[in-house]
Amino acid sequence: MNRVLVAEDLYLLRDGLVHLLQAHGFEVVAAVESGPELLKGLLELRPDVSVVDVRLPPTHTDEGLQASLAARRQVPGLPILVLSQHVEQLYARELLADGSGAIGYLLKDRVFNAEQFVDAVRRVAAGGTAMDPEVIAKLLASNATHEPLAALTPRERDVLEAMAEGRSNAAISQRLFLSESAVAKHTAGIFAKLGLAPSDDDNRRVLAVLAYLNSR
Amino acid sequence: MLRKYGIVLALLALIAYEVVAVATAFLTVVATFGLGMVFLFPPQVQMIRALTELTRKLVRHSSGIEIEAPYLPPPPPPQRQADGMYRHGRTLYKSPRVPAWSDRWKWMLTDRATFRDALWMLLDPLVKLGLVPLLLLMPGRGLRLYGLWCEMLLGPTAASRLASQVSHLSRVRNLAVDSQAAEMRRIERDLHDGTQARLVAIGMTLGAVEQLVDDDPAAAKALLAKARDASAETLTELRRVIRGIHPPVLAERGLGDAVRALAMDSALKVTVDVDLPHRPEAPVEAAAYFAVSELLANASRHGGATRATIDISTNGPNLRITVADDGWGGADPAKGSGLSGIERRLAAFDGVMALHSPPGGPTTVTMELPRVLPEYWAGDLPKLPRWKMITVVTLWGTAWCPLFPQGIVAAIFKIFGVDEKTWFLALHLPAPYQWPVIALMIVLGTLMYVAAVAIPANHNREVWMCNATPTRLWF
Repeated sequence: MNRVLVAEDLYLLRDGLVHLLQAHGFEVVAAVESGPELLKGLLELRPDVSVVDVRLPPTHTDEGLQASLAARRQVPGLPILVLSQHVEQLYARELLADGSGAIGYLLKDRVFNAEQFVDAVRRVAAGGTAMDPEVIAKLLASNATHEPLAALTPRERDVLEAMAEGRSNAAISQRLFLSESAVAKHTAGIFAKLGLAPSDDDNRRVLAVLAYLNSR
Repeated sequence: MLRKYGIVLALLALIAYEVVAVATAFLTVVATFGLGMVFLFPPQVQMIRALTELTRKLVRHSSGIEIEAPYLPPPPPPQRQADGMYRHGRTLYKSPRVPAWSDRWKWMLTDRATFRDALWMLLDPLVKLGLVPLLLLMPGRGLRLYGLWCEMLLGPTAASRLASQVSHLSRVRNLAVDSQAAEMRRIERDLHDGTQARLVAIGMTLGAVEQLVDDDPAAAKALLAKARDASAETLTELRRVIRGIHPPVLAERGLGDAVRALAMDSALKVTVDVDLPHRPEAPVEAAAYFAVSELLANASRHGGATRATIDISTNGPNLRITVADDGWGGADPAKGSGLSGIERRLAAFDGVMALHSPPGGPTTVTMELPRVLPEYWAGDLPKLPRWKMITVVTLWGTAWCPLFPQGIVAAIFKIFGVDEKTWFLALHLPAPYQWPVIALMIVLGTLMYVAAVAIPANHNREVWMCNATPTRLWF
C-alpha cells in the first residue's frame, strides 16, 4: 500500500486525482491546497510519494516546486512527482540537481491517460524517475547538434528518449516493439557512444543519461 | 581672444537687424490685430525665431551656456477623415491647407515663448548697448553676462518643458496602445483559429459518441480516444498561446530565470549573466523578456549564429540588457519588423536600443530602460556632501547643551529657587536677562535638533525633486 500526498489548488482536479489514485490502490494521506501546508505535510507525514502542482497559493508562482525542493533538501530522495501546466528545462534541472532520483516532472495533460500516469506515480514511489516526453524532447533538441548525440542512429535516439523519460528496458521494448535483448544492445551502444559507464540499475542509468544531457 | 571679439562684433551688428525687426514686428502686430491681416503673423514669428536661434548659437559658442529652444512642439498635420475632408473646429475643408494654417497660427499665438521672444527683442539692443564697455574690456565676462540675460528670456520654462514632455508622453502612449492592440489582435486570432476551432471539433466528436454509444460501443470508444487526443492537442496549442501572452516562468520566477529558461530552450549555445538584486515591475520584465526572446530568435534564424551571450545588469536605476551573438551581422531595423517591434515595446518605458551589427558580424544589441528600477536599489543614492555631514554630526553632538543644562535645567533651578549657579550661563547674568536667555537657549537647542533631522531629510527630498521636476519655475 502506497501512502500518497496530493497538492493541487483547483478543487476539481484535486478531487479527480484523489479518486484516481484511490481507485488504483493508493492510500491518500493528505490532500492540501497551498505551499506551506504542502511543506508541512511532506516533512511530517513523509508520504511514500507525493503528487504536487507547481503553482500553488498563496503566491501562485512556483510555490509547489519550492516546497518540494525544500523538503528534499531536508529529506534526500523523498519521492515527489511534480505536475505542471507547462514544462521547463530549468525546473527539470533543479529537480534533478541533487541526483538522488525518486523524482517526476510531468505535464498535467498526462493525467488523462490514467494507466500511464499511475505507472509514473508507482515508478517515482519506487525511487525511479518520470520525466515528461516534452522535457526530454526539449533537452534533446537543445543538444541536437552536439557531436556524440548527432552520431546516434534514429533507433538509438528513440531508445534514449524513452530511457530518459525513466522507463525500464521492459517498458521500452513494449513501446518500441523491440525484444528486450535488442533494447539492451541499443542501450549499451548509446552508453558507449556517449562515453558513460554502463549500469544495470534502471534508476542509476536514467540519472546518468539526464545528467549527461543537462551538462551540455 | 580674437574669436570672442568676433562674436562681440557679430552681436553688436545684430543690433541693426533687431531694430529693423522690432519695427516690422510693430507694423505686423498693428496689421494683424488692427486690420485683420493675419497672414502676416506667422512669417514675422518665423523671422524672430530665426534671430533668437542665431543668438542661442552665438551664446553657446561664446560662453558655453546651452540654451534649449523653449517652443512648444509644432502641431501634427491635419488628419484626413474617412470622407476625404479635413476638419477644423466645426468646419470641414476639402484641402488640408486651411486647417494646417489655422493650427499653425494657433500654435504660434498661444505659445508664450513667442511673446518672451518679442520682449527679448525689444530689450536686447538696450542690454547690448549697456554691456558694450564690459564686452570690449573683458569680453569673457561680458559674453557670459550676456548669455545669462539671453537664457532668462530665450530659455525654456517649467511650463514649456512640461508641455513638450506631455507631447512626448502622448506620442509614446499612442505607440504603446498601438502595440498592445496589435498583440490583442494576434492573441484573438490564435485563440479563434486554434483553440476555439479545436474545442468545436471535440464537441462535435462527443456529440457523435453520444449517438453511437448504445448501438456501436466499439466505434464510440474509438471516437472517445480521438476526442482525448484532440483535447491534448488543444492544451498544447493553448500552452503556446499562453507563452506568447506572458510566459509562465516569467510570472513564476522573474526575468533572470525566464531568460535562463529561454537560453536552455534555444538552439544556440547561450551564456546568461544576470545581476538583478530584485524583480522589476511586471510590464518591464515582460518587455525585456520579449525583446531578448526576439533577439535570440533573430540571431539563430537570420544571423546564422551558434553562440550568444546575454547580460542583464543594473546601471543605477536603469536596467541594461546586452545581447551579443557571433552571427554574420548586417542586421537593420529598417528591414526586419522584429527590431522595430522591440523598439516600439521599449519606447513605452522610454527605453532605447543600440544596435551594432557590421556586415560579417558579430552583432551586439544593447538596450537600456531608464529609471525602471527603484532608486534605492542602486545603492548610489547621492550621499550628503561632507560639509553637510559635518554640520549634522556637530548638531547632534552639541544640541543637548543649550537645550538641557543651559535651558531646561537652568529654568528648573530658577523656578525652585536653587542657589547653585554652576556653569549655567543664564544664572550668572543680571536678573532681567535670565529668563530671556533661558528661553533663547531652549529655542536654540530645539532648532538645532530640528536642523539635524531636517538637513538629511531635505537632501533626499532635493534629490527627489531634481529628478521629478524641471529646474526653473518662473515665467
